[in-house]
Amino acid sequence: MKLITAIIKPFKIDEVREALSSIGVTGLTITDVKGFGRQKGHTELYRGSEYVVDFLPKIKVELAISDDSLDSVIEAILSVTNTGKIGDGKIFVSDLSQVIRIRTGELNEDAL
Amino acid sequence: MQIKKLLITAFLSFVSFASFAEGIDSGDTSWILTSTALVLFMTLPGLSLFYAGLVRSKNAISVLMQCFAIACMVSIAWVVYGYSLAFTEGNAFIGGTSLFFLAGIGRDTIAPDTTMPHSLFIIFQMTFAIITPALVVGAFAERMKFGAMCLFSLLWFTAVYIPACHMIWGGGYLADVKDFAGGLVVHLTCGVGALVAAIVLGTRKGFPSSPMPPHNRTMVITGAAMLWVGWFGFNAGSSWAADGLAGMAMLVTHISAATAALTWMTIEWIKQGKPTLIGIATGMVAGLATITPAAGSVGPEGALLIGFMAGTICFYATQAVKGVFGIDDSLDVFPVHGVGGIIGIIMVSFVGVQGGFLGSSAGETWIPMEQLLIQLKGIVVIGVWTAVATWIILKIVGLVTDLRVSEEEELQGLDVTEHEERSYDLV
Repeated sequence: MKLITAIIKPFKIDEVREALSSIGVTGLTITDVKGFGRQKGHTELYRGSEYVVDFLPKIKVELAISDDSLDSVIEAILSVTNTGKIGDGKIFVSDLSQVIRIRTGELNEDAL
Repeated sequence: MQIKKLLITAFLSFVSFASFAEGIDSGDTSWILTSTALVLFMTLPGLSLFYAGLVRSKNAISVLMQCFAIACMVSIAWVVYGYSLAFTEGNAFIGGTSLFFLAGIGRDTIAPDTTMPHSLFIIFQMTFAIITPALVVGAFAERMKFGAMCLFSLLWFTAVYIPACHMIWGGGYLADVKDFAGGLVVHLTCGVGALVAAIVLGTRKGFPSSPMPPHNRTMVITGAAMLWVGWFGFNAGSSWAADGLAGMAMLVTHISAATAALTWMTIEWIKQGKPTLIGIATGMVAGLATITPAAGSVGPEGALLIGFMAGTICFYATQAVKGVFGIDDSLDVFPVHGVGGIIGIIMVSFVGVQGGFLGSSAGETWIPMEQLLIQLKGIVVIGVWTAVATWIILKIVGLVTDLRVSEEEELQGLDVTEHEERSYDLV
């Protein structure tokens, strides 16, 4: 099983959700985060002074999937989040050793 | 026979009650009742929100607490001794003790030389007394200990506001100064008090190298908007009547606010490339502060001029206080209220003369250059008194307790260190 962590631009979240639903993904978690990579921050004004805000708002999407859906999930996320501009984000794939459904106690593949 | 006696008694009581109330004009009284609510609204929550939005989120509660606590303390002090010392006869600088605890003021007592109940005049003036020390909060925000602030504000109200009020509005030494709604009594006192407090307390940690932007600009403009609306009570209510003076005062107040706001916004747009919300809101406040002493004499054209001057001069003053002089008057009280008040007081000499340059074509006349000297006297007396008194009070309070929180506490934020509360409990 794999844990997919994707950092994306906030306005892409609805498209990501729809793309994942259409390939059968049943659940995911999102968090509001801030960060930067190659995309520079922006400047803001207060009392005539400009200051740089380095951290940009992003959304982190996390989902647990089975190994055989890995390629289709990555493809689905990439297809809607790629704008061609700096700051599109990154996808991290990590191995998931165990998954438990809290309500029923189902394990691993049965819990996905 | 019994019923006849009863009816006659009832009729006579009614008649005597009615003649007691003859001095009260219900129109005037209604308007001043409303103005009182509007001016209190300026502090609670207008100024409170304006200031809270301007500070960092870790200090939002501390600012709200300070404004609220000052409102409560001054209210009580006003009743106990403040009103008496401000408005009764005493000497040139302070009033008398005859109305301590408002002794003898009843439901039917009428305020002298007015057409409203005395109780109403007392609370109307109280709202001015409340907002003045609350304005000073902007100078020492984000670093003053709450206890020290409470003691300071009470002493400052007593030794600065009350004498200023008595000298100008209570028939004291500066009775010939024309200050319609508080250019000196409110704005110069709070401005100079703020400047001195900012200097004595010292700069915030990280000033001026670290940017300390407002945590909630939406809150700032919400508060500012409340100040605009509330100021109609502040200036138009200062006519003490529902009449043409009030109407014109309201009109010119509004014009000055709008003109100053646009002027400030435009200067920013040209100078810095973008018009900002903080800029337009601050410009508006400067316009309101500047028209305050002149609202009773100036006409619409005069208000346009005064608004323009406020937006321009106060803009550069704001840049100068922090940028040139390095004084951390955190929320820019002196350049907006102090400088604004001074401009308005001076301009009254020229712009308010009946039939004169941009006047409102009603009221008294005076000779501009003569009045200017009187206005300047007012500025100097109130300015120097406030500066010296503020400095002394801070030194006295400093003997009893630390004025500033520790460096560690300042970094953590006053909300959690002074009040053990968090403003936003999100996640």
